[in-house]
Amino acid sequence: MKGLAKTVLSRPEITALVVMIVLGAIFFINTPVFLSAGNWRVLFGIIPELGLLALGVTVLMIAGEFDLSVGSMFALGGMLPVLLNQMGVDPWACLVIATLAGASVGYINASVTLTFAIPSFITTLGMMFVARSVSVVISGGHMPVWTPDLPDKLFTGVIVEGGLFRASFVWYAGIAIVLGWMLHRTNFGNWIFATGAHVQSARDMGINTRRVKTVCFMICSVCATWSGIFAVMRSHMGLPNQGETFELQAIAASVIGGVALFGGFGSILGPIVGAFVIRMLDSGLVMAGVGAGWFKFAIGVFLIAAVVFNLYLMRVGQGMRLAEQEEREAESEGSDEPEERS
Amino acid sequence: MTAETHMADAASEASPTPAAATDEPLIRCSGLHKWYGGVHALKNVDLDFGYNEVLGLVGDNGAGKSTLIKILSGAHRQDSGDIFFQGKRVTFSSPREAMDLGIETIYQYNALAPTLSIERNIFIGREPITARIGRIGNMDFRKMGREAMDALRDVGLHLRSPSTPVEELSGGERQGVTIARAMYFKTKVLILDEPTNHLSIKETNKVLGWVEGLKAQGITSVFITHNLHHVYPIADRLCVLSRGEKAAEMPKSETSIEELTDLIV
Repeated sequence: MKGLAKTVLSRPEITALVVMIVLGAIFFINTPVFLSAGNWRVLFGIIPELGLLALGVTVLMIAGEFDLSVGSMFALGGMLPVLLNQMGVDPWACLVIATLAGASVGYINASVTLTFAIPSFITTLGMMFVARSVSVVISGGHMPVWTPDLPDKLFTGVIVEGGLFRASFVWYAGIAIVLGWMLHRTNFGNWIFATGAHVQSARDMGINTRRVKTVCFMICSVCATWSGIFAVMRSHMGLPNQGETFELQAIAASVIGGVALFGGFGSILGPIVGAFVIRMLDSGLVMAGVGAGWFKFAIGVFLIAAVVFNLYLMRVGQGMRLAEQEEREAESEGSDEPEERS
Repeated sequence: MTAETHMADAASEASPTPAAATDEPLIRCSGLHKWYGGVHALKNVDLDFGYNEVLGLVGDNGAGKSTLIKILSGAHRQDSGDIFFQGKRVTFSSPREAMDLGIETIYQYNALAPTLSIERNIFIGREPITARIGRIGNMDFRKMGREAMDALRDVGLHLRSPSTPVEELSGGERQGVTIARAMYFKTKVLILDEPTNHLSIKETNKVLGWVEGLKAQGITSVFITHNLHHVYPIADRLCVLSRGEKAAEMPKSETSIEELTDLIV
């Protein structure tokens, strides 16, 4: 019982996973078509887009910083390859340039935040407007015409005709595995967690926290860029205003998945579960006939409930810790005493 | 620079001139000055740290203790003056360079990442890795767990699991983890910056016991505090800083708590 309680306390994403399954069951009981292949074909097609945004946001949040510009980078990242390809740039070069543009924006976010020591909330709020503006300006405010030279089959094509998955889901899973490995298994991941948990400690232990954060900002922006590229390749449409409020959905996905807002805590499974929960809410509410208008209401309630619940778990955890500390104290006294007597 | 080259430097420095090496203190600070803006925080401080001793560095708030420590631990750089480590002039541009030489610092706030496990904390920045690409590689969790437990046992701390998050530990246990970390990395000098602040009396006694035990393992420790009653019983030598200057330096046998108190205020 205690062991189970401890697992729940230290792994909030497990709780989120249970909530996700319960949510799916409720939607299924209400409208069985929710679990139909047709519905999940749609969901598996769009989950990688929010999912990839949330992965990048999570890596950065664990490092103790925020990125509100990912929704705008989603739009810009989707437009860039199409516009460049229209100008006659080689399709692969278009993708490389878009990736580099994403990395550069992440680098700028990091440099401004860390050089002037301002909250990343502000830097990236500014970048949200700047990148959005750029995507409107370069497209002339219109939807660019899709260029069939871009390798959409490779990135978002349906894998097996009539099957559930598009290629984007495989890419998403692959990126999640790589980022999860980086965060949880490598020494660099340990530096990210340490930097986010307590930046002064990390610095005093010899970590170049500026470099760590810069890399995380860049990973986040590149994920957002590719999320936009997936969306455009899937739909063959790139709207300069697409992805507005996506940054908030991405943060909501991370938080629902148990990633701490203050850094140093979270797991790669969190944003994956969070993205599923948000997309399932979207689809399930529509199917239940509640109406799409209630979708954001539901996300809001889930977000607040997730934070309140995690805070409650934290308090329970503190109580357990104090009890355990006292237990240890009592034990060590017990072992000291005989020595003193002899 | 890597740890290996540092060690090689230190070895080549020590072996050809054994006579000089025995005369040289472990660390010699000579004429250190530090300004913060218009504040002259450290004024011409000379101080030697010998082998195998406990040096108490005492002074009131703002006396320059922390400034001196930040310079020695590589966090800040002096504006003028020199530091010699085993007779060789050194400059530190980051805490890492001081650590690579064997100067570890235990900070007042204990420099642990609360949400991370004990093993991850002990190895922050110095993780044992297996397969690697450049400096990045897979952490060797098995080694980390095993050696973390050994290191804790060496300081008499018997915790159940190395994967316990540090925030679950008491203040004294956390200080024990930082001492275990410093000892694990074969420290030559351990700087303890107010290690007994915010600790209960029982925990303070435990920390004092650890510091006393360091000498037996051939580690020099520098104990910074404004509480003379903590440092006096375990120190071999005491240095008093006052308004950025060295006010006094003497073996414990030649002074008393009363005299030191007068020097501080």
